[in-house]
Order: sequence, then C-alpha cells, then structure tokens
Amino acid sequence: MDDLLREFLTETNESLNLVDAELVRFEQEPNNGAILGNIFRLVHTIKGTCGFLGLPRLETLTHAAETLMGKFRDGMPVTAAAVTLILSTIDRVKSILDTIEKSEQEPAGDDADLIEQLGSMARDEDAEPAPPSSPPPELVEIEQPDPAQEPDPAQEPETGPAPEKAEKAAAKPEKAERTEDDRSAGDRIASHSIRVNVDTLDHLMTTVSELVLTRNQLLEIVRRHEDSDFKVPLQRLSNVTAELQEGVMKTRMQPIGNAWQKLPRVVRDLCAELGKDIDLSMRGADTELDRQVLDLVKDPLTHLVRNCADHGIEPPAERIAAAKPAKGTIRLSAWHEGGHIIIEIADNGRGLDLARIKAKVIEKGLASEAQIAAKSEAEICNYIFAPGFSTAAQVTSISGRGVGMDVVRNNIEQIGGTVDLKSVPGAGTTFTIKIPLTLAIVSALIVEAGGERFAIPQLAVLELVRAGNNGEHRIERIKDAPVLRLRNKLLPLVPLRDVLRLGECDGANGFVVVTQVGSQVFGVVVDGVFHTEEIVIKPMSSKLRHIPVFSGTTILGDGSVIMIIDPNGVAQTLGRAAAAAARAENAALESRDEDTDEDTVSLLVFRAGSQQPKAVPLSLVTRLEEIDCRKIEISDGRHLVQYRDQLMPLLRIDDATQLKKEGAQPILVFSDHGRSMGLVADEIVDIVEEKLDIEVSSDRPGLLGYAVIKGATTEIVDVGHFLPQAFEDWFRRRDASAARLSRSVLLVDDSPFFRELLTPLIKAAGYRVVTAASAADALAALKSDARFDLIVTDTEMPDMDGFALAEAVRAAPATAGIPIIALAAMVSADAIERGRAVGFHDFVAKFDRAGLVAAIKEQSADLGRAA
Amino acid sequence: MTTMNDAAKLSEYVTFTTAGQLFGLPIEGVQDVFKPSRITRVPLAGAEIAGVLNLRGRIVTAVELRCRLGLGRRDDGSVPMAIGIEAKGESFSLLVDAVGEVLKLPDAEREPNPINLDRNLGRVSAGVFRLDGQLLVVLDIDRVLDLSAEAMAA
Repeated sequence: MDDLLREFLTETNESLNLVDAELVRFEQEPNNGAILGNIFRLVHTIKGTCGFLGLPRLETLTHAAETLMGKFRDGMPVTAAAVTLILSTIDRVKSILDTIEKSEQEPAGDDADLIEQLGSMARDEDAEPAPPSSPPPELVEIEQPDPAQEPDPAQEPETGPAPEKAEKAAAKPEKAERTEDDRSAGDRIASHSIRVNVDTLDHLMTTVSELVLTRNQLLEIVRRHEDSDFKVPLQRLSNVTAELQEGVMKTRMQPIGNAWQKLPRVVRDLCAELGKDIDLSMRGADTELDRQVLDLVKDPLTHLVRNCADHGIEPPAERIAAAKPAKGTIRLSAWHEGGHIIIEIADNGRGLDLARIKAKVIEKGLASEAQIAAKSEAEICNYIFAPGFSTAAQVTSISGRGVGMDVVRNNIEQIGGTVDLKSVPGAGTTFTIKIPLTLAIVSALIVEAGGERFAIPQLAVLELVRAGNNGEHRIERIKDAPVLRLRNKLLPLVPLRDVLRLGECDGANGFVVVTQVGSQVFGVVVDGVFHTEEIVIKPMSSKLRHIPVFSGTTILGDGSVIMIIDPNGVAQTLGRAAAAAARAENAALESRDEDTDEDTVSLLVFRAGSQQPKAVPLSLVTRLEEIDCRKIEISDGRHLVQYRDQLMPLLRIDDATQLKKEGAQPILVFSDHGRSMGLVADEIVDIVEEKLDIEVSSDRPGLLGYAVIKGATTEIVDVGHFLPQAFEDWFRRRDASAARLSRSVLLVDDSPFFRELLTPLIKAAGYRVVTAASAADALAALKSDARFDLIVTDTEMPDMDGFALAEAVRAAPATAGIPIIALAAMVSADAIERGRAVGFHDFVAKFDRAGLVAAIKEQSADLGRAA
Repeated sequence: MTTMNDAAKLSEYVTFTTAGQLFGLPIEGVQDVFKPSRITRVPLAGAEIAGVLNLRGRIVTAVELRCRLGLGRRDDGSVPMAIGIEAKGESFSLLVDAVGEVLKLPDAEREPNPINLDRNLGRVSAGVFRLDGQLLVVLDIDRVLDLSAEAMAA
C-alpha cells in the first residue's frame, strides 16, 4: 500500500474516534464552542487530505458534513437530529475507509442520500450560507502521522524520550490538547513527545523480557559460586535491568480512558434506540495500565456498559413511577489498588431480577430448583456469567447477540482478572472488574509436584504452610477430601499432583500454598517450594490453551521451561463440594453471620447400622477418627478406646450398628470439657450444607427426626441423647430436683433445628421447656402465661431479634423480672455490652451446651434465693 | 493436474524417518533441525504433546510424531531428533527418529495418497513419492499440527 495512503488511514481513523467522543459531549453541551471547533477541524482535515489523495467520494461527503458543522459553529442551534445525522455520516466515512484499507480504492456508489440531508439541514436553518473557514494551518502539522497501520487512536501519547519523567507529563497533556482547544499546549507537547510504532514497543518489551531472563540465569550461576568477581557488577546489572524493565513497562502504560473513548457514543446510540435517557459519567480515566491489558479489557467493558444501558436502566416512565430521576446514570470509575486496577461499572437502574434469573437457570438446566433454593442471592446473580445465559426476554439488537456475559468473564479471567457483581433490586447493579496492571512480568513462586516444577503467580498466594505428620499443621481427610486446620478455619486442600494427574501424593507431608481466588481461599498442596522469581510470562502454545490449570509458560533462570499455574483453573477443579465445605466450616465457626445463608446448617452425613444415611451438625463434631479395631477394649459391657491419653467410651447409635472386627473403625468424636465420646459409624459419607427442616419427628430415642438431605431421607441424630449415656454426669442429671422440674423455660429460636437440639438438653437439666419460633411467638406465649422462670433466646432472628425481644420483655411489667439468657452466635464485647443494656442476664455461645446448662442453673438459683 | 509447468518444477523436502517410515516436509516450512534437550512435559496435555522446551529463548512446543500418527509412544529409550517448524506465529518442533538428507523432487511425481493408506497417516499426508527402494510420505504440516477434536478423540 502506498505510504501516503497508509498514513492517511491511520491518522483518519484516530481522528474519527475522537470525533465520536467529541460529538456526544457536544450534544450535551451545544454551546461549547471549543468542542465544536475541534470537531470541525477534524472533519476539515479529513476533507483536505481526501482531496489531496484523490478520494472524491469521501471528499464530497466530508465537505457536506463540514458545511453543516460550519453552520453550527456560526451559531445555528444543534438539534439531536443533527447530531444523529452527523454520526451516521461519520459511520459512512468509516465504512468507506474500511474498504479503502482493504482494496486501496474507494467503494463504488455515492452518498447522495446523506449529502442531501446534510445540505437540507444546513439550508433549512440558515439563509446565508457561511463558507467553511479554513482551519489554522499548524494543525495539520501537529497530526504527526503514525507509520503503523494500527487504527488505535491511543498510541501517540505513549513514548517520551525519557520514559521515567517525560512520559507521564506527555501522556496526559497530549490528550488534553485534543479535547481542549489549546493549541499552544499541543505544540509544546508535540516537541516533548514522539510517536512510536506499537510493534517497536512490543519488540522492546520482548527484548527486555529476554534481558530479565538472562539476568536471572546469571544470578543463578553466581548463586552457585560463593566468591565470584562477578557478584558486584552483576548486582549492578540486575538493578539496571530492573530499572529498564520498569521504564519500558511505563512506556506501555496507557490511560484507561482510551478504552472508554467509544462508550459515550455507544450509550448515546442506545439511548436513541431504546428511548432512554442515560448519563454516562467517568472517573479515573487517567488511571494507567498496560496497553496489552487495555486492549483485552476494551470489549468486555463495552459489553458491560451496553448491558447496563439495555437491561439495567429503566425507561424514563418506569423510573419516574419508581420515584427516581428520569435520567439514568451509568458510572464508570477506575483506580489502582495494589498491583491491580479496579474498574467499576455501576448503574442506578432496576437491579437484577432474581426471580427471572432463577427461572432461566432452571429452564436452561443449569441447576435444579432445589439447588437454586439453597443458593444465596449473590450466587444466583453470578449465574448471569454462566455460558448460554441471557435474561433479556426479547433479544434486542443491543445485547443478546450471542456475546454473553460468559464471554465477558472469560476474557477478563484470561488476563488473570476477576469480575464480580452486586445488585440491589430497584437501586442498581455494580460490576467490579479487577485486573493486573501488566501481563508481561510477574513475581511467581516456584514449586515442585510429582518431580516437575511449576510457577504459581505470587499475587494469588496468601501464605505458605508446611504440613507434616509431626508438625503443627497436619493434613486431615474428611472422606477423600483433604483439609487443613488453619487458625480456626478449615482450609480445603487440593493436591497439585491430583490436579495434574502426576501420581498419588502421600498425603501427609508437603507444603500448602494458601491461595485466594475471588473470595475463595484454598490450599494447593505441593511437594516442595523453591523460591520466588520474577518470571516473564510467555503465551501458551495454542495446542495447550485448552488446559485450564495453566495460564502460560516461562523460562526459568536455569534455562528450563516450566508451566505457570492458573489459580482460577485450580479453583475450578477444586469443585463445588470443597467450596461448600469451606463455606460450611465458616458458617459453623462464625456461625450464621450475615454473609451465610441464615438457615443452612453444615451437616456431617454418615451411615451406621442401616443403609439409611444419618446426619449430625458438623459443628457439634469435634473430630473424625479412624481407630484400629485391635485397640477397642470391652469393659463392663461397654466399648472403650484409649484416645489421647484418656479412655473414651464408644457408643452405638442402635443395636444394628456393629463394630468392625478388623481394620479401621470410623468414629465421630464429640468432646466437651476435656471429655470425649465416640459414636460408631460404618462410613463417613459427606459434608453438606443444607437447609435443615426436620419434616417428621421421631419418637425413637437418639433421633430428632427425619430430613431430606441431598435427595435422600436422612435420620438426624440427637447427639444430646448419647452424651449422658457416655458419662452419666455429663449434664449432671442427678441434680435435677423436683423443684426444678416445676420450673419452666421459654426457648426462643427461629431455627427449628436448634429448638430440637436444645430442648432435650434443657429438659435433661430438669426444666419444663416451651419453644417459640420467633420473638413475636415468644411475646404471645408470655402474654398467655407469664409464669416462665427463664427465657433463653437466640440473638439473631428475622424481623425482631433477641435484643428487641429483651427490650419488649423488660418493658412489660408482668414479665420485666424474668431473667433472659442470650444465645449468641458470636460473643463479642460489643454484643455483651448491648445485651447488658437491653437486660440480658447472661450470654452463652450457641454451641456451648454445658455453658448453657450452667447459665440456666445459675439464673434459676438466683431466682430461688430471691424468692 | 500435470501441466507442462508443473512437470518442470522441483520442490525440496527435508526427509526423516519415524517408526521405519520415510517422511518429507517441504523445506520452506522447516526452520531448523536440532537435538532436543530438557523437554518439560506438560501434565494434562494430549499424548501427542511431548512437552515444551527452550530453544534459544523461544518456547517451543514439541509434538511427538509417533503419537500423532497413532504409532504408540516412544518407549524404546531412543533419542529423538527435532525438526523446528514455525506455524501461525508459533514455534513447534516435530520429534522424529532420525533426520535424513534434503531431496529435490519434481512436483509432477507426487502421487495422491493410496486409497488404503492408514487412516492416521492419510489424515496428515499430502501425497507420496516413489523413490528408489522406498516410499516417501509428504506431510502436510498444518494438518499434523491440527490437534483439534478429531485428532484428540482418536
């Protein structure tokens, strides 16, 4: 292609992109002469060059557009129709340019239609045709042509002669030069910055990457030779390399605003098409990130903004009906956070329609109704990222073109980013994208698994834990799932060997790389950990890209090639089961804090005696053990085993349960106050997180009742029944006097499970128990019969919580004197303080059964003395 | 198919043997021939992928021709040779048993695949030359590297 023509194409494409952005601003501020002047000049420049190059069709069209623009400049009012006309003219110009780029010739045909409209609009509004004034000549010179064919308008501010200082100064003002009518600034900047072909920069980056590799190799060699003369100069080389790397990376940095340039036009067109009124506000447009990342994030961003405009923002009438301003807002913001850039796209529209998402998920077979019912709102929202999902009832031309949100998420995850969403019905949706600043060089942890080395990006790594049988941290197994106790949390583990099918790992010794992906934290078990290294990410071979656990390849200091692990991919293989287990554990420990679904309980499912599964709340189980059958002793008709220097009684759920004759006997260990009891099981099946509804209660001792868990009818075991069997004095039953039996306790808890669980316990302590499922029920019960000696209430309940209940009880004279014990999921100083204020007598942690019995006794003893 | 022009035209082929069979690759497609060292195997990759290796700072994906042709793995302990290929901007290397000489052969003598050619071989073959004493199978490099669903499933 002719050099001249190529330059023209590059330059014109840049100009056109700018015109797009300018025009939309212009429509909003029709009186802004500076914007108009800019647009006019850009169109004029195109026209002038077309004439020079002999492109008559383009010249005629731009001439007509210029004439109309000239009118506007001379004070003709700008109408929406006029802007639309000019935009479609520019679209035509673009399509002509496309053809020229492909065939080096103008396409056949003419633009009489547009020219006629442009002409008539210019004539209609003004009798005196103003001749198009000539542009200031120096402007043409400012437009230094880019030899590259890259039609990206964002290239020119990239390079300063001294990357460290001049670059930053150059990048921003040059952009300003285009948007503000400040030519002298433009001139000044032009002399401080030069345009560099993107390929040149990319090549430079590759070269620096090679240099970093070579430096790493040299460092590796020197590491092996203690007294080397190379040490000092190499250190210097190392520093210079690091500086150079940083400098080159900076030249590749571009403001995110470049990716936003097209969005005002997109939103404007959508508004016109959908009859909506939307204001697009952008903040942090000058936040910089690597141009490679920028390129990759452009399309997902556009899609998300389209989505907000199409699905999110309601039509004006609907907005007014909902008492919102008729004009919707889409807010784009970007900022740096750590080594990441955060981009937020927020609309103040209607929010996601959960019911419709649910219906769609079920319709598309992405999940069953039961599965959906068990999910939190956030989880349901995330289904919009599932492949093949689109909620738009009718496919509009804007969204629903087959490019779904799954593609958005894939694109973002491909560059190591994450996308998250929050939706408030009626108030809007917010998408948060988190992406790394650069893709080229990252710090990585080099690990070993199955005799091979792998790199794990440091960004995802939270900490390293050494695990071994003798150490502080021991890898334990629940059925087949390996887990690790780490500071009050149960960390699901995934052995890298298993993920990569590199043979069995011995399971006991190794290192756990604690990794975070999104909100999910898990441990990757590796055989060994070497060191961290700055690695240059080389793209994966196209033949290997289908393997989700790898994100790329790299060359180490010693010259060998290793694969880079993609934590996202590993998290996927971890599967939902492990994720659920982690959640269940969190739920049990932090017990029902607001993040977890109120009513779900994590349950340990096992078999004992019959084929029918049995379940106990995981929170009550202290430990799962397998005990060598030979160690089980029989004494006085009871099975005992030596366990942690104590004799632990083993109990069978019913007579059908048989102890194994040989091998390992699985048992559930329950511990309390230094005493342990083992419940004999045939097999541990699973850990599930389920909403527990005891549907049929049971009269059989030791059974609370039956519930459907994972589709199977499951017996819910009453642990409270077995504890006294193990130790007669477990609940000090003999203390139960006749006097106490006449005393009554009102137990208030919204969860039927806890009511079922605690009732026998309090009964066992010798009290009459009346239960209430809500604070309102409790107040009603108190009204009909105020002669309760004690109230035990959950603090967290829907509608009216325990604190409010206490206040209500205190407020009524008939009940003001009844002591109240609060059952708190978390006993914090704050909560205790608040509890004192509303009149709780005592605070007991929800799972502290002995504590509850003690508290009840103490309170009723006080009562006895007082009486 | 055989015009006067074609009859006179010669093409050069890099020849090599794998599992006893002589193969040829058009020389334009071949970058270099080298002895591969330190191939890093890639877990979870297809059997055809022998691994990745570092060739002068470039990462090269090594494809085991034996597996690609359905001839089983290289388990006899023999040391392969590698033929470096550039395809669609990526570097590959084909692991073969031994590399032979470069032959100049007239295009006119290239014959289509015999109809009873092994399916695995037929998929990647671009024709056959009858040489003295043996047959040379010309490989179509794009098809050799097309490890898509059809090939993976096989």
